[in-house]
Amino acid sequence: MVKAGRILAAGGLFLLAMGAARAEQDIDTGDTAWVLISAALVMLMTPGLGLFYAGMVRAKNVLGTLMHSFTMVALVGVAWVLWGYSLAFGGDGALIGSLEWIGLRGVTGDPGPYADNIPHLAFMTFQGMFAIITPALISGAFAERMRFGAFLLFMLLWSTFVYSPICHWVWGSGGWLGGLGALDFAGGTVVHISSGIAALACALMLGRRKHLGSEEMAPHNLTMTIIGTALLWFGWFGFNAGSALAADGLAASAFVVTNTAAASAALSWMLVETLHRRRSTALGAASGAVAGLVAITPAAGFVGPVSAVVIGFVVSFLSYGAILLKGRLGYDDALDVVAVHFVGGAWGALATGLFASLAINDGGANGLFFGGGLALLGRQFVGVAATAAFSLIASLIILLLVRVFIPLRVTDEDETIGLDLSQHGEMGYNLEAV
Amino acid sequence: MIKIEAIIRPNKLDDVKAALDALGVQGMTVSHVMGSGKQRGRTQHYRGQEYVVNLLDKIKLETVVSDAEADSVVKAITKAAATGEIGDGKVFLSRIDNAVRIRTGEEGDGAIR
Repeated sequence: MVKAGRILAAGGLFLLAMGAARAEQDIDTGDTAWVLISAALVMLMTPGLGLFYAGMVRAKNVLGTLMHSFTMVALVGVAWVLWGYSLAFGGDGALIGSLEWIGLRGVTGDPGPYADNIPHLAFMTFQGMFAIITPALISGAFAERMRFGAFLLFMLLWSTFVYSPICHWVWGSGGWLGGLGALDFAGGTVVHISSGIAALACALMLGRRKHLGSEEMAPHNLTMTIIGTALLWFGWFGFNAGSALAADGLAASAFVVTNTAAASAALSWMLVETLHRRRSTALGAASGAVAGLVAITPAAGFVGPVSAVVIGFVVSFLSYGAILLKGRLGYDDALDVVAVHFVGGAWGALATGLFASLAINDGGANGLFFGGGLALLGRQFVGVAATAAFSLIASLIILLLVRVFIPLRVTDEDETIGLDLSQHGEMGYNLEAV
Repeated sequence: MIKIEAIIRPNKLDDVKAALDALGVQGMTVSHVMGSGKQRGRTQHYRGQEYVVNLLDKIKLETVVSDAEADSVVKAITKAAATGEIGDGKVFLSRIDNAVRIRTGEEGDGAIR
């Protein structure tokens, strides 16, 4: 028996070796090139997000704000390889991945279970860039007042215990939301709803900035914000079109609707603020573009270009309204992460249930407006509600836990002198030095 | 000696300098300042939220002249800096005890000529 077992094992290994050799030949070089380039495009979004946010804060916090995004490239870049990827994509669990790929053990240049046309490592690193930008998105909520150590600890825990599980629900093998048939092409729930609602938890737990509402809160450099917006828009082609995981017609379709929705939303944001304040602003055009990109993210592989015009046009009214509502409710989500990412992401997820069409992607479904009835819309709603509820509660718990070890906020005095000097001992601008 | 401090509109600095030059007044100190007065601030909008900025950019021009010159210099400044609208600024006069030219050690009117 022992001998037979050994022979069987050897036979199994031989078959595995054969499989690996065959898989090697199945790798599509064009697809692999596109996914690797897309990963690089998505990587660029995170420093771009840093510029987008840093232009909106006061000059004394410019480096502190840039660091919130930049350090995510470093922190999650390591955590994703060590355990994050395995927790998000390993195993077949309904709620969370496994530890089978810890330290990328067994994740190689051969195709993995998620895509048979590209190396498993290419899929892993593409997904890693999503894991990096998602927590960075949250940082706009607690801008200008969070202690750097508390920030790092919160982000590490959030990435591990919120991002990886939600990512597994939607995209992981056996994940319950994906199994339910909720559609999320490039991360409406996983990236934007999860981070957007976590931003609300942060704004509530950290409290308002000192002297909120006085003139000194105005953005210090909106040219920087526009540059950041341009980098985000550019990188988003990798985010959405790269999510096709192939250099094919679906990628081209996702690319086109991504650009269309961003353009439409930039126009509609300028329209809504002109109706409200009689001026179109640069910050408004930039905010609209980003809101449009957020909204099209879950829908990118499932909707056509005219649907994208509508999805982009509507999102600005919703996000702008959410910002005005924030003023009434009084919570200080400093850079409007809730309004842009939660509201925009929720609209995009629900809009997928309205505008999705099998004519665009036969792997998707028909939405309400394309003869699919309410079934998909209902599943999309479950996805939004479950993601938001879990992320909100888990984020609050993590913040309470972090607070046991490190105060979340800087001292009043440090807040007055700014994060650059108080947290990092340097200044972004030394223009008056002799 | 009289010290003249004029708070003026930034876009009137060139006119005022030319007027002073015509009177032969060469010495002056100019700074960018922020201030508020009867002129109302500007309203800014960021993502629909309104910010009213009360402190406006102004120029402060300081010069010290002899008692005899003071009247004509003040007249020249007011004429050159005026637009007739609210926000033209103010001129303040004060008496100066003494002045010293660092290079030569001259004092009094000789130091400011």
